[in-house]
Amino acid sequence: MNASNSQGSRVSVRGLRKSFHGHPVLRGLDFEVERGEVFVLMGPSGSGKTVLLKHLIGLEEPDAGEVLIEGEPVGAPGVMDRHRMAMVFQSGALLNSLTVGENVGLYLAEHRLKPPAEIDRIVAEKLELVGMAGTQQKMPSELSGGMKKRVSIARALVIEPQLIFYDEPTSELDPLMAVTVGEEILRLNRRIHVTSIVVTHDRDLAFGIADRIALIHDGEILCLGTPAAVRANPHPLLQKFLTTDFKFNSSPKTP
Amino acid sequence: MFQSVGELIILLWRTLEALPLTWRQHRKVLDQLFEIGNASLLMACVLSLFIGGVLALQTGPILAERGLTVFLGKIVGLSMCRELGPAMMAVLIAGRIGSAMAAELGSMRVYQEVDALRTMNINPIHYLVLPRLVAISIALPMLVVFSILVGWFGGALVSVTNYQIAISFEAYFNSLRDGVKLVSILNGLTKSFVFAVVIGTVSCHQGLQTIGGPRGIGRSVTKAVVNSIILILILDYFLTRMLMHLDR
Repeated sequence: MNASNSQGSRVSVRGLRKSFHGHPVLRGLDFEVERGEVFVLMGPSGSGKTVLLKHLIGLEEPDAGEVLIEGEPVGAPGVMDRHRMAMVFQSGALLNSLTVGENVGLYLAEHRLKPPAEIDRIVAEKLELVGMAGTQQKMPSELSGGMKKRVSIARALVIEPQLIFYDEPTSELDPLMAVTVGEEILRLNRRIHVTSIVVTHDRDLAFGIADRIALIHDGEILCLGTPAAVRANPHPLLQKFLTTDFKFNSSPKTP
Repeated sequence: MFQSVGELIILLWRTLEALPLTWRQHRKVLDQLFEIGNASLLMACVLSLFIGGVLALQTGPILAERGLTVFLGKIVGLSMCRELGPAMMAVLIAGRIGSAMAAELGSMRVYQEVDALRTMNINPIHYLVLPRLVAISIALPMLVVFSILVGWFGGALVSVTNYQIAISFEAYFNSLRDGVKLVSILNGLTKSFVFAVVIGTVSCHQGLQTIGGPRGIGRSVTKAVVNSIILILILDYFLTRMLMHLDR
């Protein structure tokens, strides 16, 4: 992490609370994500990770507290323009009515940032980067879940973001592709010093790429620190989450 | 209910504010126009042919009994362009196109495509609502013109072929020409434009409000169609009251 030369954005979360139908999902979260950091939000299913992510990118309004991008509230006018943000959705969230190429180039085309030929070139380059070269004319319905996710990453890369959010980036991917995606997250972080916030319950990914990890449980941060500090934390819930594994009986079934 | 009405007004206002951006979305407007025309023109013509025919069949024999067939063309002509053309087409389009809009936007919302647009700083109102609202506001009045013409023809066919009425094409269209003025057609087109705005706004609003997966999409589609039809029929009364003064 090189904060001094970084192009990434700093994220501050202060007293964030959110309830749905009276049920608290986020219970007053406070943390900072430094510029150019790979920050992993880890936790069991239903712990509030994705809801938190939606607040960080401004898709949800908090009941209390605030999310600041470089000191500005995420919902303030022009923040999305000043601090380029991108999100890789768990499902990919590709627009099903557009081709893969149109999906990847959508940001540039809609904001008229580049001429069409240049957009085509950038789209081809980003697709190649995620191992999806030559798929520009395919429709999202023709792709597998993992391929959709890779196209979604290519779409996020086109924005050349300062802040990138990944929602379960390795779910639905085979182990080899999961490693590739993890490496790509790191490479992107090292190359353009983008701030990366990754939501996952994939322990290998979290400990493989994170500068810092926050473990969320029931809408609260159970612990926050470097991977080594998190591993060393003796909290029983944390240790259970980190160490629980399959324990199958290896003896063959008797007829 | 009041919250929904408020949200509808805000959505309409934000879409109207974005009207200067329509040219940027012209390809999507053309796609939607083709979609609406392609899906509805044949159905609109068949429906209108029979509406005109039924109108002539219901009124023709009664007028003929009293020797008043000279008014038949006028009755069918005015009914088609002032009332039945705009109202029936609006109901048809609410069912055919409004439901499709609500379903498409609803599924985009449920499967996070709308969220994806927002994370790319693309305003869903500009990208999704504006082209649909513009397209339906152009397409519905055009369909109503077809509907009126075909309805007149349907009335003429019944008037000529039904033995209880049995008047000539010439007599029917002379009566129609005497009774129907350009302002009557403009009256119908004004109504159809307002109905189109209602269908577009209600359907897009329902679509963008969808929550809860496939069942939520189904619920949004039903609400979009039912609410559109209710609003069309309520507005029809008030528009008729307003436009009556112009069409005298």
